[in-house]
Amino acid sequence: MSDIPSEALSESPLAPAGALPLVELRGVSKRFVKALDSSMRIANLFGAGMREEIVRAVDHVDLAIRAREVVGLVGESGCGKSTLGRLAVGLLPLSAGERLWQGKPLGSLAPAAAREQQLKMQMIFQDPYAALNPRMRVVDIVGEAPVVHGLITTRQQVEYVGLQLNRVGLDPTLMRRFPHQFSGGQRARIGIARSLAVKPEFLVCDESVAALDVSIQAQVLNLFMDLQSALSLTYLFISHDLGVVQHISDRVVIMYLGRVVESGPTAELFAAPNHPYTQALLAEIGRVEPRKRVFVPIKGEIPSPLAPPSGCHFHPRCPYAMAKCKDVAPPLDEIAPGRWSACYLNDVALQ
Amino acid sequence: MTPAADPLLDVEGLCTRFFTKAGVVKAVQDVSFSVRRGEVLGLVGESGSGKSMTGYSIMGLIDPPGRMVAGRILFDGRELSSLSPEAMRRLRGNRIAMIFQDPMMTLNPVLRIDAQMVETIRAHGRVSHSAALERSREALVKVGIPSPDERLKGYPHQFSGGMRQRVAIAIALLNEPALIIADEPTTALDVTIQGQILFEMQKLSRETGAALIWITHDLSVIAGLADRICVMYAGRIVEEGTTADVLTAPRHPYTRGLLDSVPANTPPRERLRQIPGMTPSLLEIGPGCAFRSRCPRAQDDCEHDPEMRPYGAAGQAIRCFHPLEAP
Repeated sequence: MSDIPSEALSESPLAPAGALPLVELRGVSKRFVKALDSSMRIANLFGAGMREEIVRAVDHVDLAIRAREVVGLVGESGCGKSTLGRLAVGLLPLSAGERLWQGKPLGSLAPAAAREQQLKMQMIFQDPYAALNPRMRVVDIVGEAPVVHGLITTRQQVEYVGLQLNRVGLDPTLMRRFPHQFSGGQRARIGIARSLAVKPEFLVCDESVAALDVSIQAQVLNLFMDLQSALSLTYLFISHDLGVVQHISDRVVIMYLGRVVESGPTAELFAAPNHPYTQALLAEIGRVEPRKRVFVPIKGEIPSPLAPPSGCHFHPRCPYAMAKCKDVAPPLDEIAPGRWSACYLNDVALQ
Repeated sequence: MTPAADPLLDVEGLCTRFFTKAGVVKAVQDVSFSVRRGEVLGLVGESGSGKSMTGYSIMGLIDPPGRMVAGRILFDGRELSSLSPEAMRRLRGNRIAMIFQDPMMTLNPVLRIDAQMVETIRAHGRVSHSAALERSREALVKVGIPSPDERLKGYPHQFSGGMRQRVAIAIALLNEPALIIADEPTTALDVTIQGQILFEMQKLSRETGAALIWITHDLSVIAGLADRICVMYAGRIVEEGTTADVLTAPRHPYTRGLLDSVPANTPPRERLRQIPGMTPSLLEIGPGCAFRSRCPRAQDDCEHDPEMRPYGAAGQAIRCFHPLEAP
């Protein structure tokens, strides 16, 4: 949506220049540790040598999102994109790094201020079936948070929920119903109405259209785009669907096994992907073109995040892997204004 | 389709209904199509369109309260619906194989892969255990599983999602079926893994000459794979034709709407041309075109049932009173 020319989009990693980003993650990591239980500790006394299992779901990621920007976050299962989304919105504590809102660190806020701040960031979840409490009526699902946070009084709730439902294209007369009385697409709309009811500025949409049929998905994507321009929203749009991300995003960030491997403005990145993983991913993009396509697969499996490969995580599957790819992970370098990629091939190209 | 080629599978007027307490669900209504040897037919539709139930009906896998109430399924000249359960059992997994969306549904979690594969072979023929094991090994190689000897001794939980689906495909291929029905086999997989599976399936159908019915909601998968496409809506086929015709010159308003809904077909950041409303409930669905409440071209006569009518020479047919003009 931004009119800023791409030449101006450079400075810190993944952070476009100009105004202070609305949300910024600096060197953010998330480790999940499976601690030893008592039996394992006892076994260790006898020399069993059991160790804690550590998953580095997100490994030192920088991400900055400007106000009114739509950033698409793409990756395959287990790449840490959902975890990064939860870190960005504050649903998970950071293992390392810093989270900033308009340049101010969020970690140092007093509890009351943090609570108020948190309202500005909301999440829309993937599964429209699991994300809604089946025993609550829509009026309470959508209207509870604004009452609790003092945005409206209980007496205003019905009228307020009616407005929220109208905005997402649902009939307000249905607000006394339960979630199971709605279709998947309608439930997705209820989830969106619930998030918007507390007047957020920043939304993390985690695979929010993945569970929907194509024709319903189109309706919900249109709704996302309409709401963004009507309410000046900022999105982090997480998806594995490249077609969806290409359509809705200004900028795209590609993740592989906990790390960002490439990022850049959507049109440029899709036109000329730099990282071999991005190239492989884009080769699989869904195009509805009736031609006898020869499916050229990328070799190998996605490695387990429990034991990621050394160096560049992608090297065992990469057709261009060199010796040093196995040893040291390539840094995320700016290869063109606003375009970042973590691949040694760019150094080779420079020489 | 050319009339000269004798179809391997010929489905005519298939109707499958579910007699539930809430009423009769007309899951499949008057579905007719045929598949030739070596042909890939895409059966496309959204959830509840009856595409999976069409596949299950051919396999004879409809359980009560569901029943196939009308229609004829000719497979290689034999009428399937008149076969005894025992004869049908001999056919399934042998001449006709099915691949399901979730490979964990196909694989027994407490049996090793070799046991499951050998059982499939020996259930359909007098083959020695060692010969069956060798054939299983070859099948794993064919679907691109590395170190097949070790993998044969593994359990399903030791395989990743993509590998499990490969095993399921290998099992389906064991007895060299003439017809494979694949029900959304790549939907649960990541895109790079989906690409691998599509590559294997394309290669296998070319090598073995097996006919393939690929059931999916994903038009982009079918675009690169199928020779012909049948589009289903609310239990009926609404458009049929070659992949090129259906995807580039659809005549049915629903097919057009479905194609317009795909983000890749609209320039970035522009509003998608969406289909208004939602799919109707199949419970007690009334007469008339089921799409008429969402259709921009609907008129009064759409309250009557449209027949499937042929268009053009290439076997394109649509079920619509007010079709779109050819571009």
